[in-house]
Amino acid sequence: MFIINCPYCGERDQTEFTCHGEAHIARPKETENLTDEQWGEYIFFRTNPKGMHYERWVHAHGCRRWFNALRNTATDEIFATYEVGAPKPPAPEKHS
Amino acid sequence: MSQKYRLESGGLIDRNKKLSFTFDGKTYTGYHGDTLASALLANGVRLLGRSFKYHRPRGLIAAGSEEPNALMQLENGAYTEPNTRATCIELYDGLVATSQNRWPNLEHDFGAVNSAVARFLPAGFYYKTFMWPASLWMTYEKFIRKAAGLGVSPTKPDPDVYHSRYDHCDVLVIGAGPAGLAAASTAAASGARVVVVDEQSQPGGSMLGSKQSDQYSQWQENTVASLTQSANVRMLPRTTLTGYFDYNYLTAVEKVTDHLGPGRGGDKPRQRFWKIRAKQVIIAAGSIERPLVFADNDRPGVMLANAVDTYINRYGVIPGKDIVVFTNNDSAYQTAINAAAHGATVTVVDTRKSISEALQASLKTADVRLFKGHAISSVQGSKGIHSVRVMELSADGKSVGGQAWQIDCEIVANSGGWTPSVHMFSQSGGKLHYDKNIEGFVPDTSKAKRINPNFSVGACNGKFSTKDCLAEGVKAGSDAAAACGFTAAPGSLPSVDDDGMGHIEPLWLVPTVHPVGEGSAKHFHDFQNDVTAADIHLAAREGYLSVEHLKRYTTTGMATDQGKTSNLNALAIMAEIRGAQIPEVGTTTFRPPFTPLTFGAIGGQESGELFLQERHTPMHASHVANGAVFEDVGDWKRPWYYPQAGEDMHAAVQRESYAVRQSVGILDASTLGKIDIQGEDAAEFLEMIYTNNWKKLGVGRCRYGLMLNEHGMIFDDGVTTRLADDHFHMTTTTGGAARVLGWLEEWLQTEWPDMNVYCTSVTEQWAVAALNGPRARELLSSVSDIDCSNDAFPFMSMREGTIAGIPARVYRISFTGELAYEINVPARYGKKLWDTLLEAGKPFDLCQYGTETMHVVRAEKGFIIVGQDTDGTVTPLDMDMDWIVSKTKADFLGKRSFMRSDTSQEGRPQFVGLLTKDPQVVLPEGAHIVAEVKDAPPMQTLGHVTSSYMSPNVGRSIALGLLRNGLNRKGDTVTLRLMNGDVIEAEVTDPVFIDQAGERTRG
Repeated sequence: MFIINCPYCGERDQTEFTCHGEAHIARPKETENLTDEQWGEYIFFRTNPKGMHYERWVHAHGCRRWFNALRNTATDEIFATYEVGAPKPPAPEKHS
Repeated sequence: MSQKYRLESGGLIDRNKKLSFTFDGKTYTGYHGDTLASALLANGVRLLGRSFKYHRPRGLIAAGSEEPNALMQLENGAYTEPNTRATCIELYDGLVATSQNRWPNLEHDFGAVNSAVARFLPAGFYYKTFMWPASLWMTYEKFIRKAAGLGVSPTKPDPDVYHSRYDHCDVLVIGAGPAGLAAASTAAASGARVVVVDEQSQPGGSMLGSKQSDQYSQWQENTVASLTQSANVRMLPRTTLTGYFDYNYLTAVEKVTDHLGPGRGGDKPRQRFWKIRAKQVIIAAGSIERPLVFADNDRPGVMLANAVDTYINRYGVIPGKDIVVFTNNDSAYQTAINAAAHGATVTVVDTRKSISEALQASLKTADVRLFKGHAISSVQGSKGIHSVRVMELSADGKSVGGQAWQIDCEIVANSGGWTPSVHMFSQSGGKLHYDKNIEGFVPDTSKAKRINPNFSVGACNGKFSTKDCLAEGVKAGSDAAAACGFTAAPGSLPSVDDDGMGHIEPLWLVPTVHPVGEGSAKHFHDFQNDVTAADIHLAAREGYLSVEHLKRYTTTGMATDQGKTSNLNALAIMAEIRGAQIPEVGTTTFRPPFTPLTFGAIGGQESGELFLQERHTPMHASHVANGAVFEDVGDWKRPWYYPQAGEDMHAAVQRESYAVRQSVGILDASTLGKIDIQGEDAAEFLEMIYTNNWKKLGVGRCRYGLMLNEHGMIFDDGVTTRLADDHFHMTTTTGGAARVLGWLEEWLQTEWPDMNVYCTSVTEQWAVAALNGPRARELLSSVSDIDCSNDAFPFMSMREGTIAGIPARVYRISFTGELAYEINVPARYGKKLWDTLLEAGKPFDLCQYGTETMHVVRAEKGFIIVGQDTDGTVTPLDMDMDWIVSKTKADFLGKRSFMRSDTSQEGRPQFVGLLTKDPQVVLPEGAHIVAEVKDAPPMQTLGHVTSSYMSPNVGRSIALGLLRNGLNRKGDTVTLRLMNGDVIEAEVTDPVFIDQAGERTRG
C-alpha cells in the first residue's frame, strides 16, 4: 500500500489514486496519415519494464488531477512525482 | 483429583478465581490466567486432537501461537469457531471446547485406519491417484475433505461486532518482550509517537514463561507502567501483527473481548482490525523453538522444552512427573533443572558428545541424569507416552547403536534449537541470510526494502540472550526515534545474565534402528499437515528438489501454522539429502497472515447494510411508498417495476410497457450521469470526444452522441445539450457516469491542457422524471408554463420553465421512441416533482414504470444499451450506426482504428433484430447463434443474443443480437442452440420493431 506524493495535495494513501500506465506517450497528430504499425505502436505497445518506469497517476479520490510518477516496478519505490507536461526527472543511478 | 498436575504455588494465574470449562463434554476446572492448553494440561489431559491426514493421536507441542496440534472447535452454534489454538485461548468460565477431525470420538477414531494404511498414503498421493479421470475428482474430493480435515465452520450468521481502525505513528514496535519493551521505552522517552503490539494478554514476551531476576521484574514493571501512562504511546495487548505491506503499512488484529467469552463483550467489539502506517518499524518478534525430528515424535506428551518451562513458570503446571529432556543445544538444560526443581524426575538426552562442564555440574546439583551423545530411538505409547528408548549416536549422527536404554516417562521435552521469527522482516520485502552460529535464518539488513524502514532486534535477529535483546532494543528505539526527528536518551537497564540458546550442534534428522521411511515409526517435521522426513526423501527421489516444489508436493509448511515449527527442519533435511548447504536449498516466502484471523475482523464494520453504500434518488421515498421493486444499478437503487396487487414481474412489465405506448409513463431517470461542460473550447472538445459534429449545434438543441475509445470501440453514449455557446449539459449511461467524467478529465489534463474546458459532475444535483407516451404533452402542459406545442418545443430541444412552480429544464428527448420529455429539476424538488406529476397524471392514465419496462420499450425501437448490446468489441459500424460517425471531421478519438484491418474487415458481428419462428418463445440473452447444430459443444458460433423480451406492443417476443455479417443477412433464418440442448430458429430482421419512420417521437 503505497504512500504517494500528489504534486498538488501532498502525501496521501494509495487508495485515493489510480494508475494509468506508461507516461510520456503523446497522441499522434494527423492520425489518418499514420501507418497501421505507427497507430498500433501508440495504442498497443508499452515498455513494461522491470525497474524504473515513468507512469501516469490520477488522484481520483482527491483533487482529481493527473500527474506522472517515476517508480521502480520491482521495489515499488517512487522516486518522483511531477506535473503533466513537466520534463522527465532523471532516474537515480543507484536505486533499490 | 482435579488439576493433579497443578503445582502448589507459582505462576501468573489467580488461584482465587476458579473457572469451569468443558472439553469434549467433560467438565474441568482451571484458573484465571490459564490458557485452555494450560488448564487441560493441569488436569492431565494430553490427548487433544487427531492429525490431519493419518488421524494420529496428538497433544500439545507448544505454549504459544506456533502450536500446530492442539486445534479446537471453540463454542457452539453461531459463536462456534474452528481451528483455534488451545495455547492462545485465554480461559473463561463456561468455555466449551471440542476436539476436531475425529469420529465418532477422540479415543476411538475411525479415521485412524489411515494410519494403518499410511504406507499407501505418501506425499503426492492425491495428485497421483486422482489425476484421472478429472471428472471424478469432484466425487473423491468430498470424501477427502471429510476424512482429512480441520474444524467445522459456523452455519449461522456471526452475532459478533467487529471494528476496524486506522492509526499513524512514528515508531511501531512489534512484540513486548525484553527487546520490544527496551525499544518502545527508548523511543517513547524521546517524544516520538509509539505503538506497541503484542499477541499475549500482558507484556513480557518470552520472559512471561521464564524465571526472571527481581531486578528484571522491577524494570519490566516500571517500563510497562511508564509506557501505559504515556500520552504518546498506545499499548495494544492481545494484538497480532497479521501483515506487513509496502510503505510501512501494517495490519493487526486485536482480540478485544474474546477472552471474556462469547456474547460477554458488552458494548465493545469482539475484535478490532488495525491498519497502521508507521514511519519506522521495530520488529522484536522473538523466536520459536523447533522440535527435533525423531521416531514417533508426535506422540501426545512430546513437547518443546520451552513449552514445558512456560507451563511450569507461567501457569504453575508441571506437564508430567517423569520427564525426558532431549536436546542438541544448551537452552533445554534450563528446562531440565526447572522441572527437577518442581519435583519431576528428569533425564537429559543430549545428542552432543561434548557438553560444557558448568552445564554438567548444574545437572548434577539438580539430580538430573545425563546421556551424552545419545538419542531417542523410539517412543512407546500411542495416546500418551509411557517410555522412550535411548541409544548411542554414531559419530556422524547417521545411526544409533549399542545398548538401548528404556526410560519411563510421560513427557519428552525436546529442543532442536531456536528459529528467529523473521516473518515480518520477510513480509516487508527483506532477504535473509543463514547464520551458522545459531543454525537459522536471520534478517540481512543490507537487503532490506528501502521503502519499508525497519529494525529487527533481539531473538528475531538471532540474538537470543536477554542482555543482547535489551541492548539491541535500546539502540533501535533510539535510531528509529532519530529517523523521525526525535532525540532519545537511553534509560537505565537491568543487569541480566548473558543467557540464550548457548551452544548448538545441529542434528536435523534423528536416526533410529531402521532407515528413515522403513519400519513403523514416523519422523514428523510438520505436525499440522502430517508431513514426515520420509516424505521429503520421496520428494527428492521424484525430483522435487527445489524448496518451492518440495513445499507443494509434500504440503510441508502449508498448514494454518505456515510451518512455524517445521520449515527449517524441512529445508535442512532436504539439504542433507542433496548434499547441499541449507541456504542453497533456499527459504520460502512468508506471507500474511502471521496467524489465522477471522473474516469478521477483516470486514470490520462493513457488513450487513454497511457492506456497500446505496445511492438513492431524490424520489426514492415515493418509490418505496408506491410499492416499487428495486434493482441495483451500480450503487443505485432503481425502481425495477411497480407491481400492482396480484401481479408478478412479467405481468407488471407487460402492463407498464403497454401503458407507455398507449397513454403515458413516468420513469425516474435521475441516475443518468450528468456532466456540466463549460469553457470557450467546449464544442471543440466534444468534437474530439464524440464521433459526430458539435460545433454547429444550436443553443437549446440536443444531440445524441457516441463515445469511442482509441480502439474505435463504443464506450458510452448519451444526449448532450447546448445551453450556451460555451456551455453543454452532457448525459451518460448510469453505470458509466464516473468513467466518462474520468475520461474527459484525462484528455483535458494530459493531452489538451491548453483547451479552456471545465467538467463538473452534476448527476446528483438534478432530479429527472421522464414522461414518455402519446399523452405526455397533455400532461406536461397541464402543470407547466412552457409552450409545449410541436413548433414551439420541437424534438431534440430544451426549454426552461416551471413545473407546478418548480424551476425546471425540460429536454424533449426520447429513449422509448414515444413523444417524451425529460424534466430536470434541482434535486431537492425531486420528490415534489414526482408526487405532483403522479397526481396530475391521473386524468391521462399516467403509469409509473421501472428499468425493466425501460429496457423492453427501448428494445422495441432497437435503441442500444451500451454494455448490454455492446461489449467493448463493437464499433459504431458494427452497430449499423455509421449515420452518427462524421465523415468530415479530421479526427476524433478512435477514428484511426476504423482503418485497422481487423475493424474494417468484412463479416464482423453486426447488430440485428431476431424474431423467433414461434412468437411465444423468448430467447435467453446470451444464447448462441450457431453455424451448424451438433449434439454437444463445440459448435461454430456466428453470434449471440444481447437483448430479448416479450413485447406487448409488438405482440410477440423480440430480440436483438450480434451476428456475423448480420447487416447482409436480413431475412435469413438462423439457428440458436441453447444450453439445455433446445434448438430454436429465428429470422434475422431490422432491429427496429415499432415505428420505423420515427413519427411518434416527433409528433
